[in-house]
Order: sequence, then C-alpha cells, then structure tokens
Amino acid sequence: MPSSLSHIRALCAAIGLLFVFAHPAAAQLTFKPTAEAVQEDKLLNALKEGDKITGRISIPDTMASSLIQPAGRDWRDFQRSKLPIIGGVAILGMIVLLAIFLMVRGRIRVDHGFSGTKILRFASFERFTHWLTASCFIVLALSGLNISFGRVLVMPLFGAEAFATMSGWAKIAHDYLAFPFMLGLAIMFLIWIKDNIPGKLDWQWLKQGGGILANGKHPPAKRFNAGQKGIFWIVIIGGVLMSVSGWYLLFPYLPGNVTALQFWTVIHAVVAMLFIAAMLAHIYIGSVGMEGAFDAMGTGEVDLNWAKEHHALWVAEEQAKGRAPSKDGTHAVPAE
Amino acid sequence: MARVKFLCDADRCIECNACVTACKNEHEVPWGINRRRVVTINDGKPGERSVSMACMHCTDAPCAAVCPVSCFYTTADGVVLHSKDLCIGCGYCFYACPFGAPQYPKVGNFGSRGKMDKCTYCAGGPEADSTPAEYAKYGTNRLAEGKLPICAEMCSTKSLLAGDGAIIAEIYKERVMKRGYGSGMWGWKTAYADSPTG
Ligand code: HEM
Ligand code: SF4
Ligand code: SF4
Repeated sequence: MPSSLSHIRALCAAIGLLFVFAHPAAAQLTFKPTAEAVQEDKLLNALKEGDKITGRISIPDTMASSLIQPAGRDWRDFQRSKLPIIGGVAILGMIVLLAIFLMVRGRIRVDHGFSGTKILRFASFERFTHWLTASCFIVLALSGLNISFGRVLVMPLFGAEAFATMSGWAKIAHDYLAFPFMLGLAIMFLIWIKDNIPGKLDWQWLKQGGGILANGKHPPAKRFNAGQKGIFWIVIIGGVLMSVSGWYLLFPYLPGNVTALQFWTVIHAVVAMLFIAAMLAHIYIGSVGMEGAFDAMGTGEVDLNWAKEHHALWVAEEQAKGRAPSKDGTHAVPAE
Repeated sequence: MARVKFLCDADRCIECNACVTACKNEHEVPWGINRRRVVTINDGKPGERSVSMACMHCTDAPCAAVCPVSCFYTTADGVVLHSKDLCIGCGYCFYACPFGAPQYPKVGNFGSRGKMDKCTYCAGGPEADSTPAEYAKYGTNRLAEGKLPICAEMCSTKSLLAGDGAIIAEIYKERVMKRGYGSGMWGWKTAYADSPTG
C-alpha cells in the first residue's frame, strides 16, 4: 500500500537523520578503555599505609569486599618478627630483673619478727574475687602465649598433631575464661577503687622507694601503698584493654573489617606481654619476694607486725574501728 | 613441575559470578562460605573493572607464616593447602591474607569460627587423593584427575586463567599486546613477589 510505504520511507529518513546527528555526540562519549579503566598498578601505588583496594560485591559478607590488602604482610611481620622481640624483652627481661633483685636484696623480712597476732586483711569475698581473676589470668596468659609462641617453643616437643589438639583446647579455654576474667575485673574495680585513689602519701612512699631497698625503713601507707595502687591500676587499665581488644577478636563481625581486626590483635598481643611481665612482678612480691605477704590472699589474715610495717596507717584505722587487736604484746612498732 | 597460579584478566570479566557458583557446586561449599568472589572496582563509573578473586596460592604464603599450629603446606605445584584436622579456627590466617581468602563456617560465633575453609586450587587436602574423606573436608581433587580448577575451566570469556604461571602470564601479555590495554595482573605483585610478571 502506498500509504504504509511512504510511512516506512519517512521512518527510514528519520532514522538516517538521527544517525547523522547523533553520531558526533556518540563519538564524543566513546570510552577509551586504555586510558580510563582502573589499573591495579595505580591503585596499589595510591594506597596509603594500612589501606586496601576495595570494591562492590554481591554477597552478604561485607569483609569480602576487600580485594587486596597489602597490610596483611605488615601484620605477618608483626606476628613473626616483632611480637617475639616484644614478648621476649618484656617477659624474660622481667624474670631476669626479679632474679637479680632476689639475689641483691634477698627476701624482704618482717623486721620485728612475727608477733603471732593476726589481723584480717582481705575478707573472703575479696579473696574469692582475687583468685577468680588470678586463676583466669594464668590460664589466659598461658593459652595466649601458646597462640603467640607455641608453634616455635612447644610444637617441636610434642609434634604437630598433639600440639594442635592441645592448642584447640587452650583456645577454647582462652575464649571462655575471658568471661569470668572480665567479671572478676569488674568486681575488683568496684570493691577496691576506694582504697586505690592516689594521694600525697603515695608520693612520699615512692620517694623513699617504698622502703624495699633498705632494711627496716617503711614509709607509712594506708590500706594500699603506692606500689600496690600501681598494680591495681595496671590490672584495671590493662584488663580493660585486653577485654575490649579480645572482645573484637571473639566477635570479628563487630568491627567487620580486617584492618580493625589487625589493629586489635596488635593491641591485645602487646598489652598481653606487658601485662604478663607486670603480673610476674606482682606474683614475685606476693610470694617469695616478701615474707608474710602471701597470707593476705591465702588465709586472709596477716601478722600484725607485718601489717604495721607495711600499712601502719591502715592498722591504726582498723584499730580505731575496733576491727583489729590493739596490742600484740611483743613489740612497739614505729609508724615509719 | 609447573608453578600453578590464577590470573584474572579484568578487561574480560563480565561479573557473571559463574566461577563463584561453579566452585560452590563442585565442592559442596557450605552456606556463607565463598572460596571465590567477584569484586567490582569503581562500580558504575566509567572504567569499572571486576576481578574474580580467591586464594592466590602465594609464594612464601603469609597465612602459613602466621598460623599458630602450622597447618599449611605448599605442594610441588605451588598450591597452598591446609589441614582441617590441625586448624583451631583462630582467624589469624584471615588477618594476614592479602586477598581475604580464608573463610570460616561459623558467623557471629561465640569463641569458635570453626575449621578454616579456602580455595584449594581444586587440589583437595592432606588426605589420600580423591577419597570421600578428602571430598568431605576439601571438595573435589580435580588436579589429581589431571584437570584444572573448575572456575577457570568454565569461565565463558576466558577471563579467569589457571595453570602454569609462566604460560598464563604469556597468554595475558599477548592479549594486552593485541588489544592495546590491560588493567594489570591483579594480585600478582602482592602474591608472587618473586615472580610478579610470570
Ligand atoms: C588479661 C588476660 C589475657 C591475656 C594475658 C591474653 C593473652 C593473649 C595472647 C598472648 C594472645 C595471642 C596474641 C597474638 O599472638 O597475637 C591472645 C589471643 C586472643 N585473646 Fe587473649 N588474653 C587475655 C584476655 C582476653 C580476654 C578478656 C579476651 C576476650 C574478651 C581474649 C580474647 C582473645 C582472643 C579471641 C584471641 C585470639 C585467639 C583465640 O581465639 O584464642 N583474651 N590473648
Ligand atoms: S591468598 Fe591468602 S590464603 Fe591463599 S596462600 Fe596467599 S595468604 Fe594464604
Ligand atoms: S584459622 Fe586455622 S588455618 Fe587459619 S591461622 Fe588459625 S589455625 Fe591456622
């Protein structure tokens, strides 16, 4: 039919025209794959330290959107080269220091001998809290150190299979005992904070080196002296750092990002080494390092002479409150 | 023996995700685990490129270096494999891996991530080749049957290449010469510092 034919002709002309006019515009939009496509080289070179090349993915796992993270190499370097040095210096260094201290200073004795009279230093709930936290800490420290150094130090002794089985249990212990540890930490904070606020006495105590260097000199102290307060704050601050960083490792989808996880493992591992070293000193002074000290956390009762030498002001307070025997019948002990 | 590698020619990848699906199917990979994934860089912008990424089977592999129980080993072909019997699921290999390859079956976990799973280059694990025990833990051992990884074998645009590193690098370079452009051998510098170009 003529009418439809002319329609078609008109349509063709229109399309032809469109082509003619549209073509230059299309040419302008032509995309140059060489010049404009992303280049791995350029992306890698533009990366800042710790950065990664990321993109879009079509799966729910958000961590999978990271395509290349060269920082993994730095983290590997931390684990395999730096951490052994940090841990070795901190832990072995502390052991050497304590051994030297024991040889030079010897055991710190009760200058006036045991009186035979006891004074209650830590109530049973306090002792329970201490040992809850301490026993968890010891298992956490050993199982944690096994993660860091077991492959080098322990695996050769037992072989790969036995070591892996043991490490599997150690890991479960680490992951579960973290919770009673955090509970103990929180209770310790609540029950001992009031006796651990730094004050003027602490300054004097520190200036006199706590009296531990010379025999028979004891700067006065209340319930806790500056050294013990230091330990308290190391435990609280260190424990909180361990808990926060450990929490992210336990629940890796909380930070949901490999760079953050690397950061928290480094915090966890470095603080762990320093914390373990500090606790070695604490364990030393509470056991072999000082005569009469262990009783405080053992039976809860310490010898009155020990208490007067190390915590004269506290003893006076307790006596004033009528919670302590007022005289021991043996020695009169100077306050300082 | 050949040193086998993966190479993704991103200028050919059309983000069809068939490699991802083929891998999951071949090895009966559980839900939530992706041994391979396709990441699109500059999505929606001119010059966007999609890269199919799995374990690159690194030289001097970072995962192997940090594993606290030393459960990785490298085969004579250069494939990095691991033992699920030894793995304690600590997650350290994932922190060290530049390519996010290690995957864990348990998400939102309490303490345990489960045994790590990752691309095996279709080469199974420490169990005897092509046994049900090997299949259950690591999937098919195609290499033992003389076949290459399924992802690369079925890639419709032949973007993803698997095989002798020197040969696939040569194929890629020829392509770049012919067409005049190439976005790079993604991951090679990071994975194969010893031979980043072949
Ligand atoms: C204060 C006592 C603790 C010590 C001394 C300690 C020590 C360590 C050490 C040394 C490592 C290995 C780090 C490395 O090599 O990179 C580690 C790993 C780890 N820690 Fe702790 N840690 C303590 C408390 C905690 C707490 C409270 C949590 C959880 C809230 C936790 C969770 C973890 C996790 C998840 C890992 C990774 C390995 C694994 O899953 O077992 N840690 N810890
Ligand atoms: S890509 Fe990741 S998992 Fe694979 S060998 Fe390299 S570091 Fe290990
Ligand atoms: S998750 Fe398993 S394979 Fe990975 S580092 Fe830990 S123990 Fe080794």
